[in-house]
Amino acid sequence: MARLKGRGVAAVNYPTGMNLGGDPSQALIHATTTGSFVITLSSVDLGQGLKTVMAQIGAETLGVPFDTVWVDTADTDTGPHCMGTFASRGTHRIGNAIIMAAREARAVMLDVAAEELEVDPADLVTDGKGKIHVNGSPEKAIDVINVALAAHFKYGKTISGRGIFMKPKSDVVPETGEMNPDSAQAHACTVAEVEVDDETGEVRVLKLTNAYEIGRAMNPAMAHQQIVGGAWMGMSHALYETTEPYYPDRAHGPLDFSEYLMPGPGDIAVMESAIIERPAANGPYGAKGIGEMTANSPIAAIANAIFDACGVRVESMPITPEKVLRGLDELRSK
Amino acid sequence: MQDLETIDTRFFSAEREADLDVVGTTVPRVDARAHVTGKTQFYEDVSFPGMLHLKMARSTRHHALLKKVDTRPAEKVPGFVRALTHKDVPNNWYTILRLIGVEPNDEPVLPEDRVLFQGEQIVAILAETAEVAGEAASKVKIEYKDLPAVFDVEEALKPGTPAIKPHGKNYFVYEGHHCRRIRFGDVDQAFKEADHVIEHRYQSAPIEHAPTETTGCIVKPEGNGRFTIYSNTQACYFTLDNAALIVGLPFNKLRVIGGTVGGGFGGKVDVTVEPIAIIAAMLTQRPVKYAYSREEEMQVSSPRAAERIYIKDGVMKDGRIIARKVTLYVDAGAYSRHSPYGTTKAAAHMPGPYSIPNVWVDAHCVYTNRTPSSAMRGFGVTIGDFALESQMDRIARMLKMDPIELRMLNAYRDGDMKAHRKKAEGCALVEVMQKAAEMTGRKLPERFKKMSSLKPVGSKGEGI
Repeated sequence: MARLKGRGVAAVNYPTGMNLGGDPSQALIHATTTGSFVITLSSVDLGQGLKTVMAQIGAETLGVPFDTVWVDTADTDTGPHCMGTFASRGTHRIGNAIIMAAREARAVMLDVAAEELEVDPADLVTDGKGKIHVNGSPEKAIDVINVALAAHFKYGKTISGRGIFMKPKSDVVPETGEMNPDSAQAHACTVAEVEVDDETGEVRVLKLTNAYEIGRAMNPAMAHQQIVGGAWMGMSHALYETTEPYYPDRAHGPLDFSEYLMPGPGDIAVMESAIIERPAANGPYGAKGIGEMTANSPIAAIANAIFDACGVRVESMPITPEKVLRGLDELRSK
Repeated sequence: MQDLETIDTRFFSAEREADLDVVGTTVPRVDARAHVTGKTQFYEDVSFPGMLHLKMARSTRHHALLKKVDTRPAEKVPGFVRALTHKDVPNNWYTILRLIGVEPNDEPVLPEDRVLFQGEQIVAILAETAEVAGEAASKVKIEYKDLPAVFDVEEALKPGTPAIKPHGKNYFVYEGHHCRRIRFGDVDQAFKEADHVIEHRYQSAPIEHAPTETTGCIVKPEGNGRFTIYSNTQACYFTLDNAALIVGLPFNKLRVIGGTVGGGFGGKVDVTVEPIAIIAAMLTQRPVKYAYSREEEMQVSSPRAAERIYIKDGVMKDGRIIARKVTLYVDAGAYSRHSPYGTTKAAAHMPGPYSIPNVWVDAHCVYTNRTPSSAMRGFGVTIGDFALESQMDRIARMLKMDPIELRMLNAYRDGDMKAHRKKAEGCALVEVMQKAAEMTGRKLPERFKKMSSLKPVGSKGEGI
């Protein structure tokens, strides 16, 4: 009996946005008289942090502090249409809609500030800290909240903006498959190191080294959580998970987490990851979708590492100890 | 907060906008503290007086005719309020993607004369508590006449296998074709010219999303003819529009409130709980809750489709892949849901991130008598990547080449024509491999270190 070590690699790309397009999302922004901006959406945060990233994009484009931008979502009576959170489309679609809305609102904000300061709006810049000032003369400034108050009470103007993003629907040519399915492609490469117990068939993932190209990381810590969570799911898909362990036989379907296997905290591999940024021309500040892709490259990297370790090529997921053992038995019987 | 990933800005530095204030920085998540201190409001934290609970009597058979459905034993359970069958559903047949033009409507909200999978909902039971609803649902007497069931995708497509679907075919029809096709170049000719032809079969099994929060909703009649739906859907308007079409109300009579979800992973883009809960609220004029148990989440809610993928490659001695033929089967289970879309996505993804001059893909969306599969993180791509990247490893071993170098030789780069005839842009496959090689201490030969996705216009690029 021995513990056999191996290393495997996999490289993948992943499409950003709903396949074939035709999936609009809207955003509305308005300034309140409290010095804050509200971004109104009907988009869903699944736990990935959409509410945070959308506020970041809004704050960046408006030129105001992050903690003065609220995201109000998701009520279909108040929020404009969003196709939904899926297909790695959220940051790309909704982010673009917010940029468009924020540009319109920012233009009104600068117009009002220019009136108040008696300058040309083209000469004004935002400092990102809550002030608007003449470019090169920080002392000639006005607070954003005072601009909001002046707009409402003095000029009778709304500081607001409307945004939408839509990639038009692409029809597939049925004979050839010619189509325009995506908005951008993100990329990943994983190198997996595993240890295979040749007595039990059990596989332990020792380390996952990942390089991801995601356009632009909007929030590095949240990109990190996507990477770690996704790689964990990839590892789980590779080695543990299924609702039909003997597919296509329907038997042995798990009903709860004691029967549905997933790696526990002790099974999580050491992970080292790096991000490369090649901004997407059509992405908000260059962003591509990262969410779905992070699960993909670890799966084949682990499968390839298992082959490298013990010479068993498992062609079906998940790669259970039973399959590895059967493969080892076959090798030994040759 | 510490930035835990290294962002390596040596790559593509000319294309990167340098001075951003908020974007690209780690600000703390706005909802993190509320999540971990239990202050976040999820749909289930809403509760109304008089709220009813809905549970389903479900099929115990894989494929059967419904001979008799008797709810009388359920009605005797104290706390039972009402049973709903297909007769109570105004527009019983639907398919989720009809909103983007997919047809036919192939799924009943509640089945009429037959069930197509074990676990399929048959009768909805409304009761004063969830426990009573569950008990009453278990007492519904259903008589079945079993029909032959089909579980294997290739078996389902064989001539002579009985059609399990009303449209008479065990597959989704793509504009008159029995599958989604890609045709690019001439694979048969290229196989003749190839030094090696290598073919393998790959397979996956269905996978559960396993969200912390199971699928569910609460529907409240507002007294003005409108209904508010508190839901953990991933797509509020998808849910609203599909639900309105099924329940036969104008869209503006429904209001969806959501946006905070305890994990989706694609499992909450089906519209399974809301329509029947709305109908229940319409008929009783009481708030109704329909939430999946963990067991239902595991066995009844749509999993990731199992896929079977055959890849046949024509390869030259120097590592160039000159042909790739892919025959792919997506096991949609009993109903379409999002699988026709996922199958097209799978076809578009082939032949992976490589420039291969001859590509042939037949991607089949196949119906079988199992829990309908649907969207899940990366569906159409995740299993394809397992197959493609296992195949790449086999080619590298067959040629005794380094697996990264083989991939770099074949990597797609800016300006390359993909098999679906869209010109590649924004490529970075070469660079993620260069980075991963560097991180793992693998020294690449000079020509691969210098390789770039930014292939100059008009050039054939690096390498071969």
